[in-house]
Amino acid sequence: MAVQELVSRALAHDVRAVSRLISIVEDRREGFEEVYASIYPHTGKAHVIGVTGPPGSGKSTFVDKMALEYRAAGRTVGVVAVDPTSPFSGGALLGDRLRMQRHALDEGVFIRSMGTRGRLGGLSTATSGAVDVLDAAGFDVVLIETVGVGQSEVEIASLADTVILIQVPGLGDDIQVIKAGIMEIGDVFVVNKKDRPGVERVVAEIKMALDLSAPGGHPEGGADRDADRRQWRPPILMTMAESGEGVAEVVEACAAHLEHLGGAGLMERRLRRARAETMEIVSQRIWRGLRERPDARQEAERLAAAIAERRIDPYSAAIDLYKLLISAESARG
Amino acid sequence: MDQENLKAGYDRWKSGPYTKAKTRFAERMERFEGSSGMEIEPLYTPLDTEHLDYLNDLGFPGEYPYTRGVQPTMYRGKLWTMRQYAGFATAEESNARYKYLLEQGQTGLSVAFDLPTQIGYDSDHELALGEVGKVGVAIDSLADMEILFDGIPLDKVSTSMTINAPAAVLLAMYIAVAEKQGVSADKLNGTIQNDILKEYAARGTYIFPPKPSMRLITNIFEYCSANVPKWNTISISGYHIREAGATAVQEVAFTLADGIAYVEAAIAAGLDVDDFGPRLSFFFNSHNELLEEVAKFRAARRLWARIMKERFGAKDPKSLQLRFHTQTAGSTLTAQQPDNNIVRVTLQALAAVLGGTQSLHTNSRDEALALPSQDSVRIALRTQQIIGYESGVADTIDPLAGCYYIEALTDKIEKAAMDYIKRIDEMGGAPAAIERGFIQKEIEDSAYRYQMEIEEKRRIIVGLNEFTIAEEPPKGLLKVDPAVGELQKSKLAKLRASRDTARVEATVAALGEAARGDANLMPLILDAVRAYATLGEICGVLRGVFGEYKPGGAR
Amino acid sequence: MDENRKIRVLVAKPGLDGHDRGAKVIARALRDAGMEVVYTGLRQTPEQIVAAAIQEDVDVVAMSILSGAHGHLFPRVTQLLKERGVDDVLVIGGGIIPDEDIPALKAAGVAEVFTPGTSTAETVKFIREHVKR
Repeated sequence: MAVQELVSRALAHDVRAVSRLISIVEDRREGFEEVYASIYPHTGKAHVIGVTGPPGSGKSTFVDKMALEYRAAGRTVGVVAVDPTSPFSGGALLGDRLRMQRHALDEGVFIRSMGTRGRLGGLSTATSGAVDVLDAAGFDVVLIETVGVGQSEVEIASLADTVILIQVPGLGDDIQVIKAGIMEIGDVFVVNKKDRPGVERVVAEIKMALDLSAPGGHPEGGADRDADRRQWRPPILMTMAESGEGVAEVVEACAAHLEHLGGAGLMERRLRRARAETMEIVSQRIWRGLRERPDARQEAERLAAAIAERRIDPYSAAIDLYKLLISAESARG
Repeated sequence: MDQENLKAGYDRWKSGPYTKAKTRFAERMERFEGSSGMEIEPLYTPLDTEHLDYLNDLGFPGEYPYTRGVQPTMYRGKLWTMRQYAGFATAEESNARYKYLLEQGQTGLSVAFDLPTQIGYDSDHELALGEVGKVGVAIDSLADMEILFDGIPLDKVSTSMTINAPAAVLLAMYIAVAEKQGVSADKLNGTIQNDILKEYAARGTYIFPPKPSMRLITNIFEYCSANVPKWNTISISGYHIREAGATAVQEVAFTLADGIAYVEAAIAAGLDVDDFGPRLSFFFNSHNELLEEVAKFRAARRLWARIMKERFGAKDPKSLQLRFHTQTAGSTLTAQQPDNNIVRVTLQALAAVLGGTQSLHTNSRDEALALPSQDSVRIALRTQQIIGYESGVADTIDPLAGCYYIEALTDKIEKAAMDYIKRIDEMGGAPAAIERGFIQKEIEDSAYRYQMEIEEKRRIIVGLNEFTIAEEPPKGLLKVDPAVGELQKSKLAKLRASRDTARVEATVAALGEAARGDANLMPLILDAVRAYATLGEICGVLRGVFGEYKPGGAR
Repeated sequence: MDENRKIRVLVAKPGLDGHDRGAKVIARALRDAGMEVVYTGLRQTPEQIVAAAIQEDVDVVAMSILSGAHGHLFPRVTQLLKERGVDDVLVIGGGIIPDEDIPALKAAGVAEVFTPGTSTAETVKFIREHVKR
């Protein structure tokens, strides 16, 4: 099917077209740039919410219950659930859907599972591509679920308008998510499985970490933090995702956060995302050029040899190579 | 014998003649191991059992720690109960099969229910479509149960029912049928499986979340200890854990960990360990690796006795005895050259008998293909009879005891299982370990390893990956008439039209009300059953109050 | 261009039976063969399976049934896929399925039926050779 027809059907909320478009952008299939160009004007309406936390924190169950809350309020929900790809085989077991299958027959919920696929940073563009498709197709809320173990997954969550960090007592290393650099991206903190022992400790640790990163208290002075952060104190909410207890409050907090961001704050978030995405795409193109163009590969080899023989320094060599790639890119248009 | 001389002799043999022979002719495998990955030595000697203290670690039959068996005379008094799991299609057809089996010399009944029954749906529920009467008999109400046991005196047989999530309802139906036969509940003998934890971990036929499920179980414990004292209120099952892929050690460990959780739940509900302890029973699998299996049964028995005595302070000797039913391993049967399965089942049944089982189901040769035919069921039963009456293994108690390998392995399995139980305790017990997916993951890993061993021919399965032949598709397989679903539906419609609706509604509503509180639900379930409320209606009202379990657990 | 393309498989257990050993083993084997496997768990209705297959845009739907309900459930899945206009998804099944039932299942659009004893390698090979896109 032609890309344009798929796009117009997806904009009319056709499930199969939405699904196929996600595949096209995820796989970078023929015509994916065209898909972006066509759908992008229709995006920006959904409230994009990132949900991340360590394995075993009950993220999928939590996302399932959030979707339930939004549906009860009459809002449609897209979910992008990202699971790690096996570095050995390149395959992946995508098990998040297991806990969300109750929504399978609800046309107002669209769930898509994705593997991280070991892409060199390309994960964020694949994920945000899926988010854009769902946004353009008119889903009111898009939830991105990622495993909060690696920096890259956390960065994906940070592409969202609102980021939920889930923590759970009794996982051994209670502060594994609350590491420097990760704490800052949380807009709403959730302590799930609140009936477990050790829950107070987790709450106290989050509070302490928040105090450290609060305005003025931030180790780096907080000068380059978002303006919104200076007034938004992230709430810490306790839930039992299994029974759904407390999830409604999290949904309310997300709405409050969006309202707090207002026009300017949201713009700032999206600007940040746009910057990151653009840089990502640029670097991907450079990588692709290096991989796919024989002349570039040859030149890279030649320069490497020259560097090794001390005939040229690495920086000058890199600039030469960069110029070669750029000239070809612009010649191709 | 002088241990030092023995040690010197062993070392001389191992580094001398053994190593020399091994260097000249390599052994069949670099490393020999059992199902649990524990290395098997070329030879076992008294050195491997010298740390054992006979009285403390083995003891005498019928005495603590019951390593040698739970009864003083074992099979010299009476052979194990030969109990073939059966049931399919309608109550009428299953009733005919039970009568046939009893005529053939079977000594106990074992009821298989279809999946809608096991999950608490009536035969006319939309999810029951295509499933009615397939893997067992369809029971929708007391009316079906009356037909199922028609002409079978319930004070004379012992009946085992493989039912878990709705166990309370089926037990209530059984009690109600007995009432109609004029048999009082205190005369009833039998078992309900009633083991919900392994459903979450391995078998998948759960209904309610863990908390209300555990409540139903302790309600049954309490009700039966007062009213149905001879009934085995739970059959804590390793069978399905093993079928799902676990090793022998995992089977023992996860089953006993589940057992610990039930005991803790009952004690927390205010029961005394010796009130329900004697009614706990177990259900194990028996695989092909004969010696490992024998050791497994013995290890399980000793470990449970120690747990009940040391951890829970049980005093009644009956609380300390691990009594178990065994079924041969369905997952070992091959669809290829199915007659070979008769031999596998023989080995497995022999292991169960040498391991001291209280009752036994032997699988039929065609179970990897379809439901067992009558001929196959008869051969399976004959296998038990040949072991019991012809082989002589039942004539002395625990005949493999003292075998260096068996004793060393019994000890190793007990220790390895205890290590697992400690890890599970650290996670907060079996329910917590299941919730976080630990037990499922361990089982899945073992299942995958086993499959890969077969595919890479590191494990030979005769007729499957070696010694194969070209075969014609088998004939004469049992098929359940697809009309069973319709038939069951029409019976149900008739029942709904003819019963006292007001009484049904009142009893079901009362049950729902009680479920919200903390009363024992058994009497209320019995009232609803007697009023001919259906299984689906009873489970439905409980679903409304308790909610339904959704599988979680990280993978 | 399609360097990122992976075979995506939905592994599902339709019906009520809880024996998912086979489904889980095959899910892992497919992952180890480099495929992306979406596992939907137990007690899935044909409607849920088809909806998931469409949203996940999978190349293959692999189902396992041990209860004997295959005669009803497998054809229902292929029929629903057809009704939704999906004609490029490979549907395969496995479980305890008598040989004599297989022709009817194939006629209903199930591409292959794997009975007990089939190696995971055979299943992987079949999928690789028969994916429709």
